[in-house]
Parts: sequence; C-alpha cells; structure tokens
Amino acid sequence: MSTAAQQFLRDAAQKSADLVHREIIRKNMESYDSAHLRGRSRFQDWESARRRCQEIKREAINHLDKYLLQFEEKVTARGGHVLWAETSEQACEYIAAVAQRHHVKTIVKSKSMVTEEIRLAPALEKLGIHVWETDLGEYIVQLRNEPPYHIVTPAMHLNRQQIAELFREKLNEPNLSEDPQELVKAARRKMRKEFFAAEMGISGANFLVADAGVVAINTNEGNGRLSTSVPRVHIAVTGIEKMIPRLEDLATLWPVLATSGTGQPITTYATMIGGPRRPGEADGPEEFHVVLVDNGRSRLVAHPDEREVLHCIRCGACLNICPVYRQIGGHTYGTTYPGPIGSVLTPHLRGKEFEHLSYASSLCGACTSVCPVRIDLHHHLLHNRRDFVQEHDTKFSERMAFRFWRTAMQYPSLYAFGGVVARRAMRLLYAMGLAGSVLDPARKWNSRRAPMPMPSKSFRAQWRKGLGR
Amino acid sequence: MARKVSLFVPCFVDQLLPQVAVDTVKVLRRAGCEVDFPQDQTCCGQPAFNSGYWNDARPCAERFLRVFSDAESIVCPSGSCTTMVRVFYPELLIDSPARAEAVALGQRTFELSEFLVKVMGVTDLGATFPHSVTYHASCHGLRELKLREEPLQLLAKVKGLKLVEMAHFDECCGFGGTFATKFGDISVAMGESKVDYVTKSGAEYVTAIDPSCLMHVEGVLGRRKSPTRTIHLASILASQG
Repeated sequence: MSTAAQQFLRDAAQKSADLVHREIIRKNMESYDSAHLRGRSRFQDWESARRRCQEIKREAINHLDKYLLQFEEKVTARGGHVLWAETSEQACEYIAAVAQRHHVKTIVKSKSMVTEEIRLAPALEKLGIHVWETDLGEYIVQLRNEPPYHIVTPAMHLNRQQIAELFREKLNEPNLSEDPQELVKAARRKMRKEFFAAEMGISGANFLVADAGVVAINTNEGNGRLSTSVPRVHIAVTGIEKMIPRLEDLATLWPVLATSGTGQPITTYATMIGGPRRPGEADGPEEFHVVLVDNGRSRLVAHPDEREVLHCIRCGACLNICPVYRQIGGHTYGTTYPGPIGSVLTPHLRGKEFEHLSYASSLCGACTSVCPVRIDLHHHLLHNRRDFVQEHDTKFSERMAFRFWRTAMQYPSLYAFGGVVARRAMRLLYAMGLAGSVLDPARKWNSRRAPMPMPSKSFRAQWRKGLGR
Repeated sequence: MARKVSLFVPCFVDQLLPQVAVDTVKVLRRAGCEVDFPQDQTCCGQPAFNSGYWNDARPCAERFLRVFSDAESIVCPSGSCTTMVRVFYPELLIDSPARAEAVALGQRTFELSEFLVKVMGVTDLGATFPHSVTYHASCHGLRELKLREEPLQLLAKVKGLKLVEMAHFDECCGFGGTFATKFGDISVAMGESKVDYVTKSGAEYVTAIDPSCLMHVEGVLGRRKSPTRTIHLASILASQG
C-alpha cells in the first residue's frame, strides 16, 4: 500500500468518527442542497442545459489542439503572452521569472485550484515574495496554513466561531464579534492594503474562450477584478481543459456553473480579459500573461474512453452530493481536487500512488446524477480500477483470492459445498462468542457491525428440500 | 398460461439471506408465475468486476449466459445484481462474441419490483403488513435501473402498512460491496448517517429492494441496539399479517 493510501485510511478513520465535523458539513451541505434545487428550478429544462454543456465541452476537448492555438493567436495579437507549461515546474519557473523581472514583492491572488496543483505559492514564497489569497475562503485557510477544503468553498469545514477566533488572533483584532458582516469587514480592511501594494496579480480561469481569445473569470467577492486590474502585471494560470469554443457558449455555461456551484443564477462578477491595457482604457495591467498548464492532462486527451474527465468545469457539485466526501471531508483526500472528480482525475495526473482513491467509493452514482457536464464519474472509477489491475501488480493475496473465487464459481457443487462448510464454521465461531475477533475471517465486516447472518440452510438447499415442489 | 420465470438468486442471498429468495418465490407464485430456479447458477461476477478484476469476472458472466440462455424472464430480488447483468455485462463482454447475447439477456432480466409493476402489471399482491415502514432507495436500482416509483407503488397497496418518508432517502447507505470492508470506517460512518435518518423517521422498519444495503444497515442498527429492523421488499409483499 502506498504512503498516500495509508495516510488516507488513517485520516478517513479519524474524520469519519468526528461528529462535530459531520454536523458542520451536514448543515452546510443541506443549505447547499436547497439552494441547488432552487437554482435548477429556475431553468426551463435543466437536463437539456446539462446536455448542451456536455456537447460544448466535448467539442472543445476533442479539438483542443485547434482551440488552444486559436486562443493563443488572439491573445498574442493583443500584446499578451502565452506560455505552454508541460509541467508544474515550468509553470512556476516562468511565473517566478516574470515576478523577478518586475521586482515584485507582493502578489494578490484570486481563487485558482491550478495554482494549488502546481504549488505556486510556496515556490514564490521561497523567493521572498508575499502571496496573499484574496478570496475570503482561501484567505481563511491561508491564515490557518491549510490547503483548501473544497474547490469552490475552501473554508466549508469551519463555523463562524472558529473564523472569528482565527481573525482575532491573526488579524490582531481582539474585539471582533462573530457577526459575519463584521468578519468580512475585518478581512476587507486588511486586504485592501494588499491590493494597492501588490505589483502583480495572479488569477485562475473558469473558461478560456477560443474564438474571442479571452479568459473568463467568475467570482462573488469582486476580488477577481481587483487582482487582475489594479497590479501592473496580471498572470492567469489555468489548465488547458478550461477551453470552450465560442463566446456565446458562456450564455449556457455561466448560469449552469453558478447553479451547480452555489445555486446562484449567475455569479456576482463575471469578468473577461483578453490582453493588457490598451491606449485609452481606464484600467488593466501593463503586462498580461496566460500560463496554460498541461501537467498530465494531454495524457488523458490521448485516452478516448477517459477523455471526458477533462470536461469538468470545477463546480464542486459532485463533492457536495458525495456521501463519502460528506463523511471524510476534503482534506482527507490529500489531493488538490477532492471528492469524486478528484478520485477519478488524481490517479491519472499523479499516478498509482493515488490509485486507492479509485476504490474509495461505494459507486453510488450520485455524483454522475448531478454533474452539469454529465461526466460518467462513477463508471470512470470502475475503469480506473480495471486499468490499474491490468497495468500494475496488485496485492498477490488479492490476485490469488480472485483467481480461487473464479474457479469456485465455475463449479456449482464446489460453490454450494464451500458455502455449507463456511457457514457451519462461522456458526460455530459465533456460538463461541468469537464474532468480530481476530479469529473471525469476516472480522472486517463483523468488528464494525452486528455480525452478519449465518443461516443453517441456504436457499438452494431449501429449494431442493421441497420449496421447488 | 402462467408466465415462466427463472429465479436469479444473488450468491450472498442464497448463502446468507435465503428468506429473501423464499419470499420472492412466494410473491412471484402469488402473481401467477411459474417459478424455476436453475441450480447451476453461482455468482454474477460483480465482486471481481467492481474490484477491477474483469478477467476473473468474465467467466462468471459467460457462465451466467449459459445457465440462463433458455429463460424467458429472469427475476432477481436485487437491483444491484440486476444492474450487473443488464448494464455491465455488455461492457464487460465488449470484445466477446457473447456480447449480443448479453445485451439481449439483459433486456429479459428484471429486478423484482420492476418485473411485478412493469412486466406483470400488478401492484396489489394481497399483502398485509401492519407496521410503519420507511423506504431506502438503493443506488443501483435508482440510478442504473431508474427504478424510482415501482417499489413505492407496491408498498402503497400493502394493507395496514404506513409509509413514512425519511430525509435523504436516496443517499447511499455505505455498503458498496468490497468498499464495506476495504474502507470499513467510511462505510460504517455512511451507514450511521443513514441510520440517523431512518431513526428520525420514526418507522418500525426500513425496507429496500437490495438485500445487501439492508444487511449493512441491519449491522449498524444492531450495533446501536436500535429496535428498528430491516426487511426486504419481497418479505413485506409475502407477508399476510
């Protein structure tokens, strides 16, 4: 078992027994559930909207090469710079070089999961550059020295008492109450200063629009606009899969993203940026860069069965509905992208170290039922498992167990005889009071639950004894 | 002429929960079916399939096709095992000459409530069960087979039965096959959430179309020493008070 898998099991055991955590998440998810339901009811036909989004993303990913070039051409024509980063290191080095060229000391950053993926902030901090998260949730987890708990709502695991306590300590505001308005004001007082001191702004992208050559960014706090227009330099860092073909596609994708993310009809701010400030424009950066991050994504493009995993628009709906996520929370996954999409994607991006995530699902399919771009998430987990067994050495004992099982299942009399013997032995074990003990072959089940039933007669025996007449 | 039905009894029902199959036979006979149990059947292959061991699952699928090749209708008291046959066999056998046969056989394979309501066109089986019952929508039945109303239509016709809805009736109970033992802590935590909803509903019984969910929920209820019990839909329909 990989180290990541062992860590996952340990953290999952701890979190799933943490009843305070379970209650916070249950409460937050229930308010999301009702907002999401309300949001979907605003659509004349939600299912058609999902199908439309699926088609848009399928077209974009199937012709990603063409659309990326089209996007690059438009951006460079306006004086912007585009970097194609194959790896995290290339992306970080480029951004660091731009920062150093401009003698940057402070960076304001709006929300971006890709920057988490490539570990950008630590790389810049190492050069003595301060990076401030400006999304409120991101800011809160930054102050706590934690990674985001959720891809849309990074501080979902905290209640306002915990946030007030954090702000009193870290923002030096000892008299702060737990009133959300006051908490927001305190964060704003601190952040405003940074916005105007920063020489560079970094953002992510919700969509890359090929025909218009623009980066589309959705936020609810306006921090995206400030981060991308006030500092002299703006760098948008994004995965190549954020591409969509046409500007008009946003008319469907924006409301679908907002509905799936938070239940809103549309996010409060929707910004499109296509280049540096032009003569006569009131604001905008002097320099504009787009860093297109591959980091394993093109391997998925090459995989026709699994390619649709790249359709993801990072709305978080699959995390919210996932009963596993609801129990273990975002941090337990130990990945940038948690929840069902993370469990599907991470083994592709980061290899077999994270294969256990493909198995950490009951395959209930709730994720697939809500995905706004209709990714067949839980069936991809099955494919991941199949490919893993084919391509890697799984545990010897497991391989042998399945081989033995397969043989037994080919001989009905062997299967039936095995059943009789096993049940008899188990009944004896139960009678000795050893259910769930180390001697119990079914202890993995029985140690956590009341013992499974062990009837004296199987159905087939009863059928033969007269039920079949 | 009575409709001929071949019973597909999931291996764990055969071995651990035989009463579910016994009650399925009763219900089908009461619906006027002639029931047969092909004794050469073993397991449909789902445990290996879900674990990624498709090469080990394939012989089970091929065997299933042989055993049931002559069956007119195949009925199974489990949404999950029905899903394995109808939804996953065609994918598992995608490169096999048996694929077309698998697709056709999948169309003749039904989960019990689906068979009664959609094929036989009956909802009232003359059952009496004077208890309050809450319904858990098992994942495979709900999301793979799209069975939402059928079990409820059957429950609505049971005399004396008071149906109470629980919150999140369609949230997974946490069983998930080998998931239940590979990730036992998560599985049980999910089961506890489910049991919280069951208990809050105030019902005496929780029912479902999948015996595996019920075995897991029963295990969690049992550890809590809860008076609430689980009962498979077939056993409610077979009950006469």
